[in-house]
Amino acid sequence: MEVNAEVVKPDPAFRKQVEEQLGKEISSCFHCNKCSSGCPVTFAMDILPNKVVRMVQMGMKDQVLRSSTIWLCASCQTCTTRCPNDVDIAALMDALREMAVREGVEVAEESVPLFHEAFLEEVEKRGRVFEVGMLAKFKLKTRKEGGLFKDAELGWEMFKKGKLKLLPDKISKREEVRDIFRKSDA
Amino acid sequence: MELSYFPGCSLHSTASEYDASTRAVCEALEIDLRELEDWNCCGSTSAHSMNAELARLLPARNLEIAGRAGLDLMIPCAACYSRSKMAEMELAEAADGAGEGSANGQIRIDHILDVLAEAEVLEKIRGKVTRKLEGLKAVCYYGCLTVRPPKVTGARNPENPESMDRLVELTGATAIPWSYKTDCCGASLTLTRSDVVLKLIDRLLVMAQEAGAECVVVACSMCHANLDARQKEAAAQFGRDYGIPVLYISELLGLAMEAPGSSQWWKRHLVDPAELLSSKGFVQ
Repeated sequence: MEVNAEVVKPDPAFRKQVEEQLGKEISSCFHCNKCSSGCPVTFAMDILPNKVVRMVQMGMKDQVLRSSTIWLCASCQTCTTRCPNDVDIAALMDALREMAVREGVEVAEESVPLFHEAFLEEVEKRGRVFEVGMLAKFKLKTRKEGGLFKDAELGWEMFKKGKLKLLPDKISKREEVRDIFRKSDA
Repeated sequence: MELSYFPGCSLHSTASEYDASTRAVCEALEIDLRELEDWNCCGSTSAHSMNAELARLLPARNLEIAGRAGLDLMIPCAACYSRSKMAEMELAEAADGAGEGSANGQIRIDHILDVLAEAEVLEKIRGKVTRKLEGLKAVCYYGCLTVRPPKVTGARNPENPESMDRLVELTGATAIPWSYKTDCCGASLTLTRSDVVLKLIDRLLVMAQEAGAECVVVACSMCHANLDARQKEAAAQFGRDYGIPVLYISELLGLAMEAPGSSQWWKRHLVDPAELLSSKGFVQ
């Protein structure tokens, strides 16, 4: 019988790197599948959440950091809440996202980190998020993918209802917030 | 009662009706809200997705301001609440590690539901309800971050929270039990993967309908944005006719207490609650 399976040689380096970033261990996972069963977004993910944990344990760095799963996780905290072994899966997803961006990996869901960038640029500039400014930035960042006019109709409806504020809020001690960005190396 | 108040960015813009109704209801209940001076954005999903240190330090600045003000802090936005509680916990852990004890033990951080569901506040609400919302059938949608993770929120029953149901019952409306109280709406994926959000809100709205609800009551500006603003699109995509207005718990309480502004706030919603509310005789 021919078995067509990829043989994975376990490599603890990636797990250690992840656990260090996370400040928590993930080795207690015994794959009960509770996280994947309760996750509301699995229908859109390429790798189930418990498999991500397993792949980190096995050192499959490339596949994990390139997965769509880490970006589609909505941070709803259902997995973390239900895990019987106290593995913080939601925080693990955060750690993997941060690592993927820092290491310049080609990410599976490009628009998601671009949205976060647009959002954080607003925070850094004004100390608060100006939604219209943030949306404009995000639209420009995703124009190649046809993002420019996505949700234009919804935006117009929100505008008519007075939901979009046209002048930005800003805080007075913006320097303190910029310091935070410098300190965090963001 | 005096409390520090953290509105957060969305309550200053897309969710300004949540801010206005929260302030009006608190005023009627003699809860004096003092907006934190010069507060900054909590960083929300974007900070914790991209940079753990940033996700700690942005709310930490607000907690420092709140600590100086010396009053317990109330936060209506579930995301701001969650980020502030997480930062508080991580800062306390770091301080413990350095042998410094809890960094921020002096003040308490509460979500608006925690404040309103305190025994003495419930009693006060009971006394202030002048217009019973009898005949209105609602489901309470708590979303994710008001309850999860319970280690952070302190929620006693994260799979079946009840504080909002109790508040809805106080108004005279019926809070229908359902199984989707804490299922996720997809949150900030709404701008990047709206297809995912549409699927999630479709299930929530279908289940709300099946439970017999005429409206969904929420306590989170993100939940509101997804269930209200994306509802028309989801109806078109999945061929449904939900027509379910989404009300903030503060708007519902305001209506029952006939607080100033209570016939105006919900006019900013995309799914218009006017027909429902006037058919019940709650507004003209």
